[in-house]
Amino acid sequence: MQTNQSFIYICIIIGIVLQIIPMPPPVDLYRPDWLLMILIYWSMALPNRVSIGIAGLSGIVLDLLYGTSLGVHSFALAIPIYLVCANYQRIRNYSLLQQAMMVLALSSLYHIIVYWLQYWITGIEFNWMYLWPSVSSVILWPWLFWLLRKFRRKLNVT
Amino acid sequence: MNEVFARGPTLFTRLCIVLLLSVCAMVIDTKVENISTLRTYLTSLVSPLQYIADLPGEALDWSVSRFTSRRSLLEENDRLTNQITLMSEQLQRFNVLEQENQNLRRLLDAPVRTDMHRMIAELMAVDNNPYSHQIVINKGTIHDVFEGQSVLDDTGIVGQIVEVGTTNSRVLLISDITHAIPVRVARNNVRLVASGTGGLIDLALEHVPHSADLQVGDLLVSSGLGKVFPEGYPVATINNIIRDESKPFASVTATPSAQLDRLKFLLLLWPEDIAPKEAISKDEIVLGNAVNDAN
Repeated sequence: MQTNQSFIYICIIIGIVLQIIPMPPPVDLYRPDWLLMILIYWSMALPNRVSIGIAGLSGIVLDLLYGTSLGVHSFALAIPIYLVCANYQRIRNYSLLQQAMMVLALSSLYHIIVYWLQYWITGIEFNWMYLWPSVSSVILWPWLFWLLRKFRRKLNVT
Repeated sequence: MNEVFARGPTLFTRLCIVLLLSVCAMVIDTKVENISTLRTYLTSLVSPLQYIADLPGEALDWSVSRFTSRRSLLEENDRLTNQITLMSEQLQRFNVLEQENQNLRRLLDAPVRTDMHRMIAELMAVDNNPYSHQIVINKGTIHDVFEGQSVLDDTGIVGQIVEVGTTNSRVLLISDITHAIPVRVARNNVRLVASGTGGLIDLALEHVPHSADLQVGDLLVSSGLGKVFPEGYPVATINNIIRDESKPFASVTATPSAQLDRLKFLLLLWPEDIAPKEAISKDEIVLGNAVNDAN
């Protein structure tokens, strides 16, 4: 049976592009964590394909594109993805609402780790606005989940 | 279903490896100098993604320019022609003054100021990273851009190059919290350091004595002391002074001259000796021709 593994990588690349696509500053504040959500989905659906290694690698690419110190985003992505991979069977059985809450927690964790590392490197001050993307991620999660599952079944990605 | 984690190290080991590698990368990237060449290669490697991300904006720009009405184009043309005429008149006086200034400096045995070569660059991307103010421009090593080069727009200093890729490079804005620029007050030559605050519209002047002769509205120009920025370009205007005697220093803030949130076209400056061929020198800017072309 034909499998379309390349679709996973295309998804991740689209996620990275969505992370850096230019947006007007007021909207930019609420930019959802596309890459994190896409990685969460795939590591939940196919933990044998997408796992911590891929998360670290895409984090490095994100660091290069953002101009942050190398390793910041790979560190921050690896931890939530580890949590998903370790509990994928449980998360698959969650209702959509529970999953969304989990995305909120993981996305906040991701932002707090990024903030913490940046604080360690440059010394910045915390602002609650840094957590707005977590909220927009939660709102988008059900749609993204539905879309990706549809594609996964249609394209038979295993 | 496949045996999920039968092969390879356990999940926790993988996490530890990735985290360890990330920390190593961070330490090397922040503490070790001369890592920038590696970063240049890596940045060039991922730059196609940057171009892809730029496509929607470019398409929008293209369609805007495509559907601009003839009337608005004519209006813009009129406005620009007027501006050029006014500016070239100013430039005529400026040339005479500059000549005079050079002569006087020669008489005083002071070093004559050299002219800078320039090139126009365009904004490619603005980082959405809330922790730092950086932008990406469309000139890189193939245009001889170098690290530490100063970047201006038509109203003042914007920042300096921090990372060079093959066809694009990254500019750290003067408003970034890690950036500071040596300035002097144009009115009385008081020397200060203007550092970024992380807000686009405010720079902070640090370690200003209460007795310093500063006024709201004073223009700050680059002093050229840090050997990064050339001397005499406008940086900011003082907008607020709080002289609270209970604090060791006065708290002074200034508004950047360049509109850091509305950048589009930027100027890169080269000292005369290392300028690439494509860079425009002063003699090549002939405003008279421009006016004729516009008409």
